[in-house]
Amino acid sequence: MAYTAMPLWVVLASLVAGLLILVLGEPWHRTRVAINLGAAIAKLVLVGIMLWGVARGHEFHFTLALLPGLELKLHADALTMLLATLSAILWLLTTVYAIAYLETSPNRARFFGFFGLCVAATMGVATAGNLFTFFIFYELLTLATWPLVVHRGTRESLRSGTLYLAFTLGGGALMLLGIVGLQVISGTTEFLPGGFLNKDHAPAALLQGLFLLLFIGFGVKAAIVPLHVWLPRAMVAPAPVSALLHAVAVVKAGAFGIVRLVYDVYGLELTAQLGMNMLVAGAAAFTIIYGSVMALRQNDIKRRLAYSTVSQVSYIALGVGIGGPLATIGGLVHLVHQGLMKITLFFCAGNLAETHGIKKVSDMNGIGRTMPWTTLAFTVGALGMIGIPPLAGFVSKWYLGLGGIEAGHYWVVAVLVASTLLNAAYFLPVLKRAWFDPPPDDRPTGVQEASLHLLWPSLFTAALAIGAGILAGMPFSPLEWAILITERVYE
Amino acid sequence: MAIEFGPAMVTALIFGPLLTGVLAFLLQRPAVADYLSILIATVFLALLIPFSGLVLLEGPLLYQLGGHPEGIAIPLQVDGLSLAMLWLCSILALVVAIYARAWIRQQKPAAGGEYRVLWLLLWSGLNALFLSADLFNLYVTLEITTLAAVPLVILSRGAAPLDAAQRYLFFALVGSILFLLGVALIYGHAGTLSFSLLAESDVSGPAATAALLFMTAGLAMKAALFPVHSWLPLAHSAAPSPASALLSAIVAKAGVYLILRLWLGPLAEAWTPSLAQAMGLIGAIGILYGSYQALRQNRLKRVIAYSTVAQLGYLLLLIPMASLMAWNGVIYHALSHGLAKAALFLAAGNLIMVLGNDRLRNLAGCDRMLSKNIMAIGIAGVSIAGLPPTGGFIAKWWMISAALEQGQWWWALLISLGGLLAAAYIFRILRHAFFLPDPYAESPLREADGKLSRALVWPPVILALLAVFLGFAGELLAPFLEIGAPNGRLQP
Repeated sequence: MAYTAMPLWVVLASLVAGLLILVLGEPWHRTRVAINLGAAIAKLVLVGIMLWGVARGHEFHFTLALLPGLELKLHADALTMLLATLSAILWLLTTVYAIAYLETSPNRARFFGFFGLCVAATMGVATAGNLFTFFIFYELLTLATWPLVVHRGTRESLRSGTLYLAFTLGGGALMLLGIVGLQVISGTTEFLPGGFLNKDHAPAALLQGLFLLLFIGFGVKAAIVPLHVWLPRAMVAPAPVSALLHAVAVVKAGAFGIVRLVYDVYGLELTAQLGMNMLVAGAAAFTIIYGSVMALRQNDIKRRLAYSTVSQVSYIALGVGIGGPLATIGGLVHLVHQGLMKITLFFCAGNLAETHGIKKVSDMNGIGRTMPWTTLAFTVGALGMIGIPPLAGFVSKWYLGLGGIEAGHYWVVAVLVASTLLNAAYFLPVLKRAWFDPPPDDRPTGVQEASLHLLWPSLFTAALAIGAGILAGMPFSPLEWAILITERVYE
Repeated sequence: MAIEFGPAMVTALIFGPLLTGVLAFLLQRPAVADYLSILIATVFLALLIPFSGLVLLEGPLLYQLGGHPEGIAIPLQVDGLSLAMLWLCSILALVVAIYARAWIRQQKPAAGGEYRVLWLLLWSGLNALFLSADLFNLYVTLEITTLAAVPLVILSRGAAPLDAAQRYLFFALVGSILFLLGVALIYGHAGTLSFSLLAESDVSGPAATAALLFMTAGLAMKAALFPVHSWLPLAHSAAPSPASALLSAIVAKAGVYLILRLWLGPLAEAWTPSLAQAMGLIGAIGILYGSYQALRQNRLKRVIAYSTVAQLGYLLLLIPMASLMAWNGVIYHALSHGLAKAALFLAAGNLIMVLGNDRLRNLAGCDRMLSKNIMAIGIAGVSIAGLPPTGGFIAKWWMISAALEQGQWWWALLISLGGLLAAAYIFRILRHAFFLPDPYAESPLREADGKLSRALVWPPVILALLAVFLGFAGELLAPFLEIGAPNGRLQP
């Protein structure tokens, strides 16, 4: 019983930690740190056990009837573990980073409280066993991230927070209509491999309409153009929040929702019959190119990274849209790979801002001499994003490209090539500046690195990004896991 | 002679608060009134548990008060809808009584004693209203609630409350006349006013429709439904905060409660589907207009009061959607809105006590010093906006399901849009509270910590948490809500 209810425990681990921190309040600094780290480690262990269990084919589920005929259902399938493992690992690292980053700033109880709730909501999204449950956690995620986005309490951050809410709650409202609609026509919202819907449930136009409602709802968080507007503006949040938003929580929840929608709600076959797979792939392809072009034009480091996220997250949707085993692997594995690389980049951006007040690309000249380790981690993240072998990003792109060819969509290869070139165009000049350009005169010479608690998480995630690429063939690597999921989808 | 539990409970619910009020008035001992209010609310809550069980087992109860034969006696009925309102009333009576006691001690208003007596009288009237099953008694109970509610508004002295109370009184009295006119028409038409006897006779035709419309118009004035809502935002924001909470959470709902009773009960044959859609439309305009106004207000209590105008609109959607799911959804909405709205007003009361007024821009920095209050506003607001995991969400889910199941998708769209608008005005409040002004040092907030006792801080938090609890209790409560649902009138 306690073992099969594991999904509940992983959600509760961060939920209870978050609530406890909120209730305790500001003065309890040491206790807070202990709760934070304790819960993050406990969760990592629990997720590890669950990962092992799912690999051996154990069933995990927990249900609680909320309404007659509707259950809050948590479960763990292979897909769940992809997001759950990623967020468990990155939660621990981000917590370490954030404790150091916010060392002296006010309102830390509120910050870490909602931080915990945010991770709990992400876990809920990962473990949700039906659309109803998914929606509950999806909205909870919106609510838990808002205080983080507006954390600084400046007018600018409050405006960004409002924009964020307008998009996410608006998307959520459409999604709710779609979910209730599906429940009414099919009598269930339960995720099933191969989908719970079939053509007989409703006329094609209605099914397409409902798909669209859900796709818009997920698309807002996954930052699919033109629903991405909130994301670059949310950059006013503290760096650990941006890291979490971009790598683990918000955008991933959106992308994960698209995966569930296609695989477990409509099923690949029905999605293709309704012509919706091309909608997904087309929107994703457009977003990939558009995000990269916009990233080229940003001088602010975090904004450049934000547009890069817009672009990179859509790889996941692209893989799902193209369909076929290889593209599916490419899309799914990118869910993890993008997370590792992007969190590295945001940690580094935070280090630059925190240590030397560098927020613009144009101020990065020669920073490699002052902060060699941070710049090294940044370089790994950037090269990974471009897709240089053997880094993680290369693996994703390789499978996506092969998948496109396999499915006969040669334009996918063109999109990938264009995106790679654009990635190079907006990352390589940054690297050149950092390593080779002379530093400005007013910067002190000698090495002045970020504090260790900021540096270690950055290096660790960079190492993970390398490892995910080099060791892609090892058991429990993200790639092997994506292959396992794909085998179960296409069996 | 053995006294049966059911009738005894019903009698106690109606006369208990009244007698306490009289006693408190005669004794002129505020402390006694406080303790007695808290005590009977606690006793009611404890007794409502077996009472609800009884109703669940035996189905809807019908009593003839005093044991007189039908037609002469005063008939009282208990079904899921009345049970829900009785629970809401008792929970709020308890929590608000605890709050009000501390509030009166801190504020020392001239009229603290009157507040207690008026509330006890109002409470009796409300309980009687939720239990009555004939039109004349409903008229009487309606008058009692009006006459107790209006003076509550004037307890905060000053010109504005007086003006607000005057408008309230005017609307309420015109409403009474219209209602009485309808009652007279029905009596002339059917020769009886008892719900059960009316249900047996055929109440239809133009006269019945006219009577229904008269009564509906009268009740709409008392409930402040759009377009006769203009008194509510003034009155509810001018009243002392504990009174605002009770007025907005329960009293305004009593009018809508009766409208639903009439339309789905004895007068269900007197209307056509297009009339029902028109009622829905009135609700819809109320939702949109109330939310729009809430977004424009610069004072916290005004925002919350306009939100009530909007939230009452949802209750009317039961008439066009008439299905069991909509019935559940609407009652659930009434419950969660009651808890959340009271939480908002009590929290606002605390903020006013610290800040001296309720201008939104003065809230800057509040989340630091008054974090529990802001948290209560946040959680209650999430329920008002119908977001998970709260009772408001469950209500919204049910209502949207009901709309889509019957193909009346326009109501689903409306409910969605209404939720977004509510989120907009709620987060507008929070945004003001999260703003960190630079010269923070001079804010009165710095001394806020010691100023609020626990009896002031916790009630709004508890009410907000109860709204969250409702988010998990749908399965538990659904069987109770469905007791005595007018199955003949509702789609399965």
